[in-house]
Amino acid sequence: MNLTLKVWRQKNPSDKGGFKTYKVNDISEHMSFLEMMDVLNEQLAVAGEEPVHFDHDCREGICGSCSMYINGRAHGPQKLTATCQLHMRHFNDGETITIEPWRARAFPVVKDLVVDRSAFDRIIQSGGYVSVNTGGVPDANEIPVPKQIADEAFSSAECISCGACVAACKNASAMLFVSAKVSQLALLPQGKVERKSRVERMVAQMDIEGFGSCTNTGACTAECPKGISQENIARINREYYNAKFTSDNV
Amino acid sequence: MSWITQTFSSTIGRKLLVAASGLFLIIFLIGHVSGNFLLFKDDGGQAFNEYTQFMTTNQLVQVVRWLTYISILTHIIVTIILTIHNKKARPVGYAEAHPSANSTWSSRNMGLLGTLIAVFLVIHLGNFWYKMKVGEVPLVTYESEGTLRDLYSVVLFSFSNLWYVILYVVMMIFLALHLAHGFRSAFQTLGWRHKKYTPIIEKVGLAFAIIVPLLFAIMPVYIYIITR
Ligand code: HEM
Ligand code: FES
Repeated sequence: MNLTLKVWRQKNPSDKGGFKTYKVNDISEHMSFLEMMDVLNEQLAVAGEEPVHFDHDCREGICGSCSMYINGRAHGPQKLTATCQLHMRHFNDGETITIEPWRARAFPVVKDLVVDRSAFDRIIQSGGYVSVNTGGVPDANEIPVPKQIADEAFSSAECISCGACVAACKNASAMLFVSAKVSQLALLPQGKVERKSRVERMVAQMDIEGFGSCTNTGACTAECPKGISQENIARINREYYNAKFTSDNV
Repeated sequence: MSWITQTFSSTIGRKLLVAASGLFLIIFLIGHVSGNFLLFKDDGGQAFNEYTQFMTTNQLVQVVRWLTYISILTHIIVTIILTIHNKKARPVGYAEAHPSANSTWSSRNMGLLGTLIAVFLVIHLGNFWYKMKVGEVPLVTYESEGTLRDLYSVVLFSFSNLWYVILYVVMMIFLALHLAHGFRSAFQTLGWRHKKYTPIIEKVGLAFAIIVPLLFAIMPVYIYIITR
């Protein structure tokens, strides 16, 4: 298939940037979106132009590096799919595809389609871990965790921190990300010890980074490649009120 | 910063204020629509005027009245702060975006809908509430009740104007859209989400968003028709 690509090009964080239009021909429908971008970049390299910079690593939907806003949707038109897992068969021959970086004050553009997502790292650093001594590996049945709770924690832990929730939200809110990270720990025994101060610190950091607040539009879950549920956002709200009104941190 | 100011200057803490005030306003709407039903009583407005008298004199009602003032002010101030904050969170927008693929129109336009409701509130309060406060309301004497302020005649006069009727009906559409998202959203904000109850809350919310504004909208239409 032959495609026209409208790609955001921006030299550096302070450059104004703008769209450039490219044509790519003979794209196989079995290619992934990133392989199609590789074809474009080879073409640009041959022509002596600077390739389009974009984040990618595992290319199998688990690392959360890839981050493209394709045709007005985070990670493109396919549900539950990261850009690297998106195949060209979901596009039509002759189509014009618009490719933009994630847009958020907290995710400044570094270059072209690459944005700086270290705000997420700083939120994790503020409390997204277990720091109490949990000892060695306990006997499997020593700490009973009901299957239902384990599954719930696991479904929260599926978050790959790609930032599609922020990109899709009209408020550029990070609530889905932060709520998944708070949930996966708050649900399990080892994480419960620090649950109150954890949620307080992570929400404080989320606000410092300049993400928006949650209007409950549900756009984040709809665009999330892992389908992280709105359940998490209800939970972080509960966790936060509970922590604020009952923790010892004054 | 004390923990209280810290809580209510966080995004989640502020949303708690929006949800709590929004739910209080929802309860207020139930009371308001029920009371106004007396407009339909075919007694020349006596029952309505007696109700108005009760609402302006009963001590307990005055407490609820002040809670309503506080709720609406809290709701407006905090949502303005949040909406500005949210706009700033994305200084550069997308060239191409398809938000209707992932969310409802009303959920994305709560600020616009709220502003329209606020404009309506100013007109609405100026028309009835302000007139009651400064006493620009004629008096009427009933044999059983004595002399009361005749707000009913003010209502009749207002809604004999077609433009006023149209304004009220259109504004109730905006209220319906605000509630269509707001009702369910408030429960999510409070963290009240449960496999058993959330589907019920969503259905009740939708029914509420249709029925209450519809009942409000019928009133000016009815008055317009009977004053013809
Ligand atoms: C009778 C009048 C009103 C009722 C019953 C009402 C009810 C609600 C409810 C229940 C919510 C959901 C709260 C949540 O998401 O947790 C809400 C949200 C909202 N309301 Fe109202 N509201 C009213 C008037 C207004 C007015 C006058 C404004 C004008 C500023 C306004 C602006 C907003 C905004 C912007 C939101 C969304 C906030 C967000 O989630 O980011 N509302 N309203
Ligand atoms: S490149 Fe790892 S998730 Fe897409």
